Amino acid sequence: MVIAAPQTVDVDVNAVIDKLKEKFPEAVKNDTRQGYKGVIVDKSKLVEVATSIRDEFGFDYLSSATGVDYLGIADEMEMVYHAYRTTGGPALVFKAQTPRDNPEIPSLIDVWPGVDFQEREVWDLYGIRFPGHPNLQRILLWEGFNGHPMRKDWKEAYFEEDHKPFESRWPAGHVHRIEEKNAYGHNVMYPADLDLSRLTDTSEESLYNSLGLGVDVQDLTGEGGIKTDRLVVNLGPHHPSTHGVFRMVVTLDGETIETLDPVMGYLHRNHEKIGERNSFLQNMPFTDRLDYISSMSNNLGYALAVEQLLALGARYQPPTYRAEVIRVLMAELTRIVNHLWSLGFLLNDLGAFFTPMLYANNEREKILDFFEATAGSRLMCNYMRFGGVFKDIPERIHSVVNMVNDKVRDYNTMDYLTEMINERLPRFMDEYERLLVNNEILKTRTVGVGVLPADRAIAYSTCGPLLRGSGVAYDIRRSDPYSIYPELDFDIPVGQNGDIYDRFMVRVYEIRESLRILKQILPRLERTKGEEVVSKFNYLGRVPIGESYGRVENPKGELGYYVVSAGDEKGPQNPWRYHIRAPSFINLTALGPMSKGYKVADVVTILGSIDIVLGETDR
Amino acid sequence: MSDLNLRELHNTEFPIPDELQSNLAITSLSKVYNWSRRSSMWPLLFGLACCAIEMIGTAASRFDFSRFGMEVMRGSPRQSDLMIVSGTVTKKMIVPIVRLYNQMPEPKYVLAMGACASGGGPFKEGYNVVSGVDKYLPVDVYVPGCPPTPQALIHGLIALQKKIDGQSLANMDDVPWYGVGPSEPTPIPILGPDVIDPRQMDIIRRQAELAALGKPYGVRELPAPQMKAVVAAKGAAPAAAAADGGEVDAAKAERLRKREEALARKHAAKGE
Amino acid sequence: MTMYGQGILRGLTITLRHLVRTYFNDMRYMGKKYFNQSEFELRQGMKTEGIYTVQYPEEKIAVPERFRFTPFLVVEDADHPERPGEDWCTSCGICAKVCPPQCIWIVRGEDPVTKRPIPEPQAFYIDIDICMNCGYCAEFCPFDAIKMDHDYEMASYDRTTAHIHDKEKLSKPFSYWLNIAPTTANEEAEARGSWEHSDTVKSKKKAGVPSVAYTPTTDPSQVMQMIRATMPEPAPAAEAAPTAERSAAAVAQAGPSAEDALKAERLRKRQEALARKLSKEAGSQ
Repeated sequence: MVIAAPQTVDVDVNAVIDKLKEKFPEAVKNDTRQGYKGVIVDKSKLVEVATSIRDEFGFDYLSSATGVDYLGIADEMEMVYHAYRTTGGPALVFKAQTPRDNPEIPSLIDVWPGVDFQEREVWDLYGIRFPGHPNLQRILLWEGFNGHPMRKDWKEAYFEEDHKPFESRWPAGHVHRIEEKNAYGHNVMYPADLDLSRLTDTSEESLYNSLGLGVDVQDLTGEGGIKTDRLVVNLGPHHPSTHGVFRMVVTLDGETIETLDPVMGYLHRNHEKIGERNSFLQNMPFTDRLDYISSMSNNLGYALAVEQLLALGARYQPPTYRAEVIRVLMAELTRIVNHLWSLGFLLNDLGAFFTPMLYANNEREKILDFFEATAGSRLMCNYMRFGGVFKDIPERIHSVVNMVNDKVRDYNTMDYLTEMINERLPRFMDEYERLLVNNEILKTRTVGVGVLPADRAIAYSTCGPLLRGSGVAYDIRRSDPYSIYPELDFDIPVGQNGDIYDRFMVRVYEIRESLRILKQILPRLERTKGEEVVSKFNYLGRVPIGESYGRVENPKGELGYYVVSAGDEKGPQNPWRYHIRAPSFINLTALGPMSKGYKVADVVTILGSIDIVLGETDR
Repeated sequence: MSDLNLRELHNTEFPIPDELQSNLAITSLSKVYNWSRRSSMWPLLFGLACCAIEMIGTAASRFDFSRFGMEVMRGSPRQSDLMIVSGTVTKKMIVPIVRLYNQMPEPKYVLAMGACASGGGPFKEGYNVVSGVDKYLPVDVYVPGCPPTPQALIHGLIALQKKIDGQSLANMDDVPWYGVGPSEPTPIPILGPDVIDPRQMDIIRRQAELAALGKPYGVRELPAPQMKAVVAAKGAAPAAAAADGGEVDAAKAERLRKREEALARKHAAKGE
Repeated sequence: MTMYGQGILRGLTITLRHLVRTYFNDMRYMGKKYFNQSEFELRQGMKTEGIYTVQYPEEKIAVPERFRFTPFLVVEDADHPERPGEDWCTSCGICAKVCPPQCIWIVRGEDPVTKRPIPEPQAFYIDIDICMNCGYCAEFCPFDAIKMDHDYEMASYDRTTAHIHDKEKLSKPFSYWLNIAPTTANEEAEARGSWEHSDTVKSKKKAGVPSVAYTPTTDPSQVMQMIRATMPEPAPAAEAAPTAERSAAAVAQAGPSAEDALKAERLRKRQEALARKLSKEAGSQ
């Protein structure tokens, strides 16, 4: 294990853009729309420009690629790409535009293979085709679904209005269950030309066709030897090792993995479509339900994205120092919660059923108690606000006897935190490391398994412990810092071999580093006592026009929010586009290549080492 | 851990001497049967979304539902009695869920954990969300909350145990799985242009005919809420409100009537 | 060189130590580990070791003050001297607007005669199958009238009847709120400057009547006594309550007295409803 402390590198993006324009005078233009950044690239030259951005300008890491539908504003569809340097620095944003009817943009999969799932998602939800993509199938919905739901003119069965709040709620809010308005009594809607004569489930056909089965009986030993065929095994969507409702379609040669196709969307709950209907503030509790293990950091990322937009306006008050301190406190505690959970479940996947999980969970519950006392809920904290937090941390973790509750707790919050951070968690980590780190079975199962080399890790746009386990010291807290991280002293643990054991160790060390940060946070909390932390953002507050990409180093990797505020001159109350760059989703791009050649039992562990959560993968 | 509590099983209709109370119980077959069933409820190891995290939290040492004989979470539906639907049910996922339910042996129970599983939850309006697993499966207990805390889930599990306690071997409605012939499997939904419930073919066909005729289809028009009438009913006597008619009014009038009755009862009690 | 298997053995000693520690820990408490307040606090705190299971339902872990489950509406206590059972809610609709999944339906109160809106909701529904327990309604309510409940024991056998909460089911007395969250209730009262509803504070200020001053306290019963001590004696309810004919006649006059009469009638109705609710609760217990 290497500890790296990369320094922030200043990258002058404007200089890069100028050089890019010099090189491609015809194809590259500045994005001059109000509040927008970066360049617009002519789509016919997109691959060429992208290759140049990667190779000549060194933006080797494509963080996010997503679509936007500008129906009614420019009547165009747009692909937005955010590229970074793995040495650090801000983003180079570039976009490509295409008409709404027959939308088509060349695929960048040859430049950045990590764009694979993201382009499939855009095809699925927006219907933009990507010539050059080898496997352009729906990813979140199923083949045969009617329409592309994220298009602005696509309305769902339970559609009420374009924007919240809905008219029917007040002042004459006659309660109704929305299914009562639907003829089927369900959340369904069929096209007018529904063919009732042919109602068979064809959603799996193209998936199995793409596996090319039944044609490759191999002669293993030459003449007259044993003939073998490949075997398809479906792991999931109901499988204990998939950490939720994830499915892997595995083609096996004996016990060895030949191909692995991740199938997702079993928890696709239309986050982004609902997010465009919500007001900016209303999205905050929905972000809790993305990565439902680390809701506090999800909140932080979204708050940062909207604060970037708010800062474009005149009357924006940035969060106070204490608010920032509390945010970092929460984010780092969340990191510990998440890593404890993921370490426990990695061991669970290895067959150490429940003991490491239970030990880790004991400590996790202690942190959840603090979250519950501060934010009101164990999991769905909904704690951050734009320009502050919900409330200051309470003086006491305190509950009273009443008709509901029975046994009471009453602790001083600062004592509780101090003891947890300075004594209990370090003591626990010592013990946990003794329990696991040198365990021979763990090492046999994990060392040298699921290897992902550094260059592939970057190419697949992986992030978080997966990327750092492969030896790339890329941590947004250092590379593109936010909040008060620049003034805090901590290191970035990175692996050397890029195997499961390295990812495991990166997480162990990250808990240690988080504790180191938290120890620096405690005196800051004491010092800033009494400072105002509550935000003044109105419940239907307007947000200046523009785009922003707020990203945080979530426990699982880079969580980014691409938020577009458009459509209203005064500043809209609802986001025009609300996209989540989910670390779990993009990290899964590497799962297939990483598993090739290993055994079925290893796949379970490799998946466990990526540490996915389905709420975020499928959104 | 807890030893057999005979008093739990004992039927109070038959007196037993005090000194024998911890050694002897007179009980019915139903009671013993129900007691053993509800004390060894094995849930399906089956997590859908956020609520699954709280479900695991409930299984972990702090809340520990093994105290209720539920610690054996089975990965296979063939070995489990209880399906805890812990999270948002999507259209893509309802197909495997129905299949899993069909694979579970009778007697089987379904607990809808959280707002999403009960009725769609905050994601109800989404295009890929099933608004309540009870649209497809019979649900025995609903646990509200988003997510329900572990204690709330255990409260729901206790409610389920109570429900089982109330079933009787003598009543075939309670134990239909002892009937003649195999139990009817729930038809598996089809993923077409949208999810299709095979039990709804008639409605779908009717709506398709409407669509072919160019008439509005897929939307059911609700009668406009009769708010004016309610306003009138609020001030006037309850009898008058009932006479006005309308569902809302009837409910309102019923409530008003109950209120009057309660008041009358209270006055009567005071008089005595 | 280390011997192969040493790591496993070391791990096993740790699990063994955990196992043994639970027994020693149980012995130390001499069988008094459970169902005991002081041990419970220790068991759930930072110093816990060994088994720390909460023996739900025999002992329940008390939720912290800020805990949020489903929302409820604050109404004045039944024995409030001035406005017994009156809503704190003024049906301004902010909670319905800010609600992210839009699970709140409000019918704004309307004067039956003048048809003008009155600061009281006529109906209030929350579909708890949609509610995401985010707490925005409570956070943005300008009148501190909607609050997040602590009652999580709501499992039901039928959602169609049990999961849409109407106004009757949502309404809970102010003392209940003060009971479950004394610190927050105190903070809010401090911000209002009084223990009374902010509208009452305003109208009293207009009339020159001093309102109930705020003094911080954490003992709920003390607060209630203090509120009552500083309030005038309530007028006899029988006199104020008019019959239906009288109120109709008063309406015909359409003067200020008519409004008073209507208000009094509303008051009476609310009192009756609350009395019934209380008696029902007493009955169920």
